[in-house]
Amino acid sequence: MEYTWDFGSVWEYREALWVGLTNTLRIFVICLFAGLSLGLAMGLARYSVRRWLRWPAACFIEFFRNTPVLVQIFWFYFAFPILAPFEISALMAAALGITLNSAAFSAEIFRGGIQTIDPGQWEAGRAIGMRYREIMARIILPQAVRRMMPALTNRGIEIFKMTTLASAIAYADVLHQARLIASVNFNPIEAYTVVAIAFFVILYPIVRATYALERRLAKGD
Amino acid sequence: MSQEPILTIRGLHKSFGDNHVLRGIDLDVQQGDCIAILGASGSGKSTFLRCLNFMEIPSDGAITHAGKTIGTERPGKPRVYSEDELTKVRQKVGMVFQQFNLFPHKTVLGNITEGLRIVQGKDKASSDARAREELARVGLAEKADEYPSRLSGGQKQRVAIARALALAPELMLFDEPTSALDPELVGEVLNVIRGIADEGRTMLLVTHEIGFAYHVANRVIFMADGIIQEEGPPEQVLKNPQNPLTQAFLARHKQFEF
Repeated sequence: MEYTWDFGSVWEYREALWVGLTNTLRIFVICLFAGLSLGLAMGLARYSVRRWLRWPAACFIEFFRNTPVLVQIFWFYFAFPILAPFEISALMAAALGITLNSAAFSAEIFRGGIQTIDPGQWEAGRAIGMRYREIMARIILPQAVRRMMPALTNRGIEIFKMTTLASAIAYADVLHQARLIASVNFNPIEAYTVVAIAFFVILYPIVRATYALERRLAKGD
Repeated sequence: MSQEPILTIRGLHKSFGDNHVLRGIDLDVQQGDCIAILGASGSGKSTFLRCLNFMEIPSDGAITHAGKTIGTERPGKPRVYSEDELTKVRQKVGMVFQQFNLFPHKTVLGNITEGLRIVQGKDKASSDARAREELARVGLAEKADEYPSRLSGGQKQRVAIARALALAPELMLFDEPTSALDPELVGEVLNVIRGIADEGRTMLLVTHEIGFAYHVANRVIFMADGIIQEEGPPEQVLKNPQNPLTQAFLARHKQFEF
């Protein structure tokens, strides 16, 4: 095989890639925080003692867990202008799809993590007169999050990679920009290789940082 | 015995599904009482204790703390209890568990200050001071900054006792506080409990330590089949039991010494 790599032709368009990268990071940060927060709320609601909280949460989780994210993104992007009297941007449609999907998955992570905590911890909190909310926030969640760190890290990585789906509705993320560049310079291999490397270079240090965080949280064990 | 009881229990029942664990318990607890509750496993003694601070919600009956009957009566149904109400009761009742249940992600000091800061709303300085006071009482002043995982079972239980006492409860409940301990660690915990009893603090203690019950309690209760079979001063219940079930139970525990 004789292939002459030509990264120079991608370097020419570095500014377009940079724009794509910042857009990718923007949607990632939105989806990470919104997805995990909503996921926590849904995980708590799903196993609440109140039926009116439990039932809608269960429907939400099962619906968004069992439908493809790409379909959800298309749906928000194309259905909103028809069903509602306003359009939403590609960023909003994609962020909505990814956030809701991630929330459904992380709800199960939170639920699982909370349920692994010894019931004696709840009793100890109740016995000194703490309320449900206080016990959850100060006793249960800090211990559960520690155990959930590996699963949450995975979720974060998934979310980051899922953001490339936004390019399907022409959100100018890094993949979308790479495709544009490839269509101009006819060097798709180089363009997509750069995208892959960019993802790795960003994700790997974050993953290392979560390992360090796990170790720090493990104090006292 | 003319004063009003600190705790009154009337017609207490508790079922878990089809399992009728408590079958009607009546008891008055006076200020300063140290009551030891004995019985075989499955007799309902732990469930009884756990009903008193509503770790278990009674299926029937009424519990009165310091003159106030907890819960709202409903005709023909068990009483209902609100979280607010139960939280208030629990703030006045300390509990020590068989499995310690310390918070593993908090230091020894943090375990004790948790209730002071979050429940009683004290500031950090006064909470820390109060916590150190209680730690010194249980002989663990130097362990304040350790995490529970670094402590022995006996030390963990002493921290758990300090955590409960720091909130100045009107009543202390001990649920088999030495049953999870290695035999050589039982003594240090019993000594701490005896010290608390000697201060005149009102307490109920579920235990298998019959010798301890004899020496420390002023009243002994023997439970079997979900009811109180015999109740009285330790001298009477432990040395001269009237109920055949009490006699059989004590005969099985011949190894205790007075």
